[in-house]
Amino acid sequence: MQIYLPIAELPVSIFLILGLGAAVGFISGMFGVGGGFLMTPLLIFIGIPPAVVVATGTAQIAASSLTGSLAYWRRRALDVKLGSVLLAGGLVGTVAGVAFFNSMRRVGQLDLVITLSYIALLGSIGSLMFVESAKALISERRGAAAPSRRAGQHPWYAFLPFRMRFHRSRLYVSVLPLLVLAFTIGFIGSVLGIGGGFLMVPALLYLFRVPTAVVIGTSLFQILFTMMAAVILHAVTNQSVDIILGIILVVGGVFGAQFGARAGKNIRGQQFRLLLALIILAVGVRFGSEIALRPDEPFSLGPQEIRP
Amino acid sequence: MSRLATTAGALGLLLGCMGPAAPEALISTISSAHVQITSTYTGAELVVFGVIERDGRVGAQTEPYDVVVTARGPAANAVVREKVRFGPIWMNLDQRKFVDVPVTLAVLSNRPVGEITETHLRRRYRLGLEMQVGPGGTDVAWDAAFLDALLRLKRESGLYVEKPAAVTFLTPSIFQATVPVPALAPVGAYKVEVALLSGGLELARTETGFAVGKVGFEAAVARYARLHGWFYGLITVAMALVFGYTASIIFRRD
Repeated sequence: MQIYLPIAELPVSIFLILGLGAAVGFISGMFGVGGGFLMTPLLIFIGIPPAVVVATGTAQIAASSLTGSLAYWRRRALDVKLGSVLLAGGLVGTVAGVAFFNSMRRVGQLDLVITLSYIALLGSIGSLMFVESAKALISERRGAAAPSRRAGQHPWYAFLPFRMRFHRSRLYVSVLPLLVLAFTIGFIGSVLGIGGGFLMVPALLYLFRVPTAVVIGTSLFQILFTMMAAVILHAVTNQSVDIILGIILVVGGVFGAQFGARAGKNIRGQQFRLLLALIILAVGVRFGSEIALRPDEPFSLGPQEIRP
Repeated sequence: MSRLATTAGALGLLLGCMGPAAPEALISTISSAHVQITSTYTGAELVVFGVIERDGRVGAQTEPYDVVVTARGPAANAVVREKVRFGPIWMNLDQRKFVDVPVTLAVLSNRPVGEITETHLRRRYRLGLEMQVGPGGTDVAWDAAFLDALLRLKRESGLYVEKPAAVTFLTPSIFQATVPVPALAPVGAYKVEVALLSGGLELARTETGFAVGKVGFEAAVARYARLHGWFYGLITVAMALVFGYTASIIFRRD
């Protein structure tokens, strides 16, 4: 069944989009990531203009992260204080990101920026997580105790000024590195149409040693609010948010996420990280092959904008 | 059914208003002046009808008639980019801009355009896909690769079509052609040119057209998004939150 998207200005199969939403929602529920880093490339691949994909994807991420946040909130696995600090940085980053997005679109380099950023991000994060979790799994097999967090063992940036105590996360760190982290992720998120959970989760885990239990809930909480802001900013500044596409993605996504969340409960921490790393790497390789291999068709058409 | 009725009506109108004219007069009309984009739109087809009217002079035309129908969508600047090897990666480093290229194009004829007339005349009459792009008559050989790529990419995406057997003669002087409107057709004004040729020379030319527009809900959404960005954004956010919240209620287990 085909449905016409009024902003993207093309007809799409409603079941294809629902299926994509559900599949990405499943992964998103399983790993507590927004899933945007999978959704954006997939939608671009089926022919929806990148600008519409990025702007609309933010709405889908907002919906799925609300569902996720509520679930973690009920389990009390969410650090509101830490989330709010991250949110402050994230909002500023989002505003800057949307402005950058619009200017890149004007000069016609948006596609290249999106592709290169994906390769850099997915490649580096994926490899780091893969190596780390593989090491951990191997040492676990050998019977060695997994290195646990010891009190008083903090990296240098935790001692910058404006230190704050986060009880639920068992954290006492400066807010400055947290704000920088959140700004960066908010910026990247609004440019690439991703929530940034796949960046936020490992950053909080490895850089700040936030306990695994609260990482996902807190990350979802922060994503929820930055993505709400991103939807409105995209709608106001570039009119690329397609509400019909958004609704289909949201409906598919929320159902997928529920089943994903159930599946996720049965996976242990190390396996969880290894799996997530593999998914991230696979998407990175897909993007990488796109620009590393000799293209079948070296020519491509830029967007044609009709002057009214 | 309704299209048949309109075409029959159009044909009747055509036949009715034929009057004395130049040696060869061409009259054409289109089955509908509007293509409406609704939520189920996946492309459309319009029918162009034409009548060739001859005066009774002896020896007016002995060669058979040829008809070329050219439907041009709204014009826009097109950028063709070429991936060039840059260190380890392939990047869009080379590009050419084509000014005012039709976004969609359909060239329909009763036999291949190349057989109807010679290249220099095709360029002058602007007949055939490759004659539509770039300023008419100028030499674009210096970036022929880009021009080829533009036409090839447009063809592959279904935006440009060339159908050498799409014009059919119902009688020696009445013809019809089906003009495809692709699913990706942008909204705007479309021009349909009908050229009548014989023996490789153009005898007459008429122009008609149609408009592609969004109607109803689709039009309202697009207009709202453009005029009330803030409100539209808020509605989208509210929609997302309602769905997200509903899902968490439905699936709540704890």
